[in-house]
Amino acid sequence: MELIFKLALVVVIFLISLLIAMYSTYAERKVAAFLQDRVGPNRAGPWGILQPLADGGKMFLKEEIIPTNANTFLFIVGPSLAIMTACIGSAVIPWGQKLTIGSYVIDLQVADINVGILYIFGVVSLGVYGIMIGGWASNNKYSLLGAIRAASQNISYEIAMGLSIIALLMVTGTLSLRQIAEQQHGFWQNGYFAWNAFKQPLGFLLFLVCAFAETNRSPFDLPECETELVGGYHTEYSSMKLGFYLFAEYINMFISSAVMATLFFGGYNFPFMDMIHSANLVTIIGVVVLFVKIFAFIFFFMWVRWTIPRFRYDQLMDLGWKVLIPLAIANIILTGLWTTFIRG
Amino acid sequence: MEPLSNKRKVIEQKPLSFLERAYLPAIFQGLGITIKHFFKKPVTISYPEEKREFSENFRGMHSLKRDENGKERCTACGLCALSCPAEAITMTAAERQPGEEHLYREEKYAAVYEINMLRCIFCGLCEEACPKEAIYLDGDIVPADYLRKDFIYGKDKLVEAPLNQ
Amino acid sequence: MNTFYFIAFLSIFFAILVISAKNPVHSILYLVLTFFTFTIHYILLNAQFLAIVNFIVYMGAILVLFLYTLMLMNLNRDSEPVKSNLIKIAAVIGGGCFLVTIVASLKALGASQPVVLQNPNLGLVKNLGKVLFSEYLLPFEISSILLLSATVGAVLLATKESNKQTA
Repeated sequence: MELIFKLALVVVIFLISLLIAMYSTYAERKVAAFLQDRVGPNRAGPWGILQPLADGGKMFLKEEIIPTNANTFLFIVGPSLAIMTACIGSAVIPWGQKLTIGSYVIDLQVADINVGILYIFGVVSLGVYGIMIGGWASNNKYSLLGAIRAASQNISYEIAMGLSIIALLMVTGTLSLRQIAEQQHGFWQNGYFAWNAFKQPLGFLLFLVCAFAETNRSPFDLPECETELVGGYHTEYSSMKLGFYLFAEYINMFISSAVMATLFFGGYNFPFMDMIHSANLVTIIGVVVLFVKIFAFIFFFMWVRWTIPRFRYDQLMDLGWKVLIPLAIANIILTGLWTTFIRG
Repeated sequence: MEPLSNKRKVIEQKPLSFLERAYLPAIFQGLGITIKHFFKKPVTISYPEEKREFSENFRGMHSLKRDENGKERCTACGLCALSCPAEAITMTAAERQPGEEHLYREEKYAAVYEINMLRCIFCGLCEEACPKEAIYLDGDIVPADYLRKDFIYGKDKLVEAPLNQ
Repeated sequence: MNTFYFIAFLSIFFAILVISAKNPVHSILYLVLTFFTFTIHYILLNAQFLAIVNFIVYMGAILVLFLYTLMLMNLNRDSEPVKSNLIKIAAVIGGGCFLVTIVASLKALGASQPVVLQNPNLGLVKNLGKVLFSEYLLPFEISSILLLSATVGAVLLATKESNKQTA
């Protein structure tokens, strides 16, 4: 029975990820339009809400082109790997507390492993393979340049991301995402904010910047920067293989929003949650709250994309190595001092 | 070099202050500006449903005018075709038969009158050349179509609707 | 145990593919798969931390760097230098010597105690951290100093010698 519930949860999360990725494309266009005093897609269905279906249909029906000199096998492996690594990250995120239906207790988390954060980290570090393999296999200079940029950018920002997480781990003392979420119970606890964003503001800022870089979102979208590299690593891709790359980006955005909401903004916890006595109601509201937080982060991703211009490549590297990493180390030292001397 | 005028202004490039170098204030400022626009009314005019008002002297699709009795004004003199810099206008003249007086004002009329809208540059010279005040570019924007042949507009599309019918 | 044999077979299979693949990029990708099977081995041994670190550091960072450099080198059959038979023979002899050394040293070590894990949960992060920072603090710190010196060396290599150029 346990296994069936888990499988159902996996399928549901997978479908939700895809749905959110689909509607992120719509939301991206709408947000961009609103930020630029435009209307955005409004022809397919009311307010254009059927636009993602139309886009998806177009993606599937387009001619699929594999360049003659491309490495055919790796050319196909690239986008598959990209979307696979994007999807498996959701396995350790706690979507809510336990749900009790009759005699069954459903844990709204696929796997509560005690190295949850490190798992997310590993998956994120694998994400670059899809881009690199696809970019190399295209046998195109622009694609190769995009792949190289993606690789160096991801490796550089992974370090800063890891260091910013270490400071958070010094506060929480655990690697399990479930326990981290539990620690941020409610909103106000023992005379201070319970959410980690208030305990680790600098760490959160660093993590946020690195999340932008890891998901290849503007202002760090150098691997696919249109002005310099045509389409970057997906220059040669067409039809649904291109769709996979775009989908992977949006799923990555969704997952990293979920990770940020869980690590820093209390996950499924919400203020005054102790006032509700029905455990199931708390769980359901908690899931809704988590998704509201995730959508807020996704909106923030889009808001930033349509505000800030792209970094130059050397600026990107300078920011990563000369600013973020030293700041992250300073944050670790500060947190260490705080945990030893003030918290005791 | 001695400046020729006093208008030269020496621009000083100051090194960025710490706050400027920290990027973040500027980024938040930018985010503030964009979010202000988020709540502004869009300036879009959804074209086929809504139309922007044309200016007074807008030149759109041609129309062949009728006089106050509903007779076609055009007499197929060919001056419009002659004046047309894009050579978009062709016509065939015909003689008015007895009994057609209520249709055409003069004894001669245009049996065929065609404007190739792909050639037309909407300069309005035909309008100026016409001695009978028969052609005006007072219509709408020429609509899009799929085939070149469909852009050659005949009298069916160009002549004004008959009066009182 | 069956899982172990299956995964072990996969590791060896991919490892052979690494050295037999004609295209260097393919062989790097096989190496990625080999490391992935190693990660599964670590999980089977209940060494979660090691597994995930292997995953992040080797698969996620080091092999990405390998791939990165290989992509830039444009290796193909035309640009590969032709190796003379002498070098091939020397390589075979050298490899053979290496194999003999390893087998001999393993034989010499084989007499010692097989590794017995006193605490089956040693691989978990908390226990591993406690052991590393108490019992094995000195080796841990020495290895971190090694890494630090390597970092300093890398920085030294990377910085331009501006003094010499101006002088």
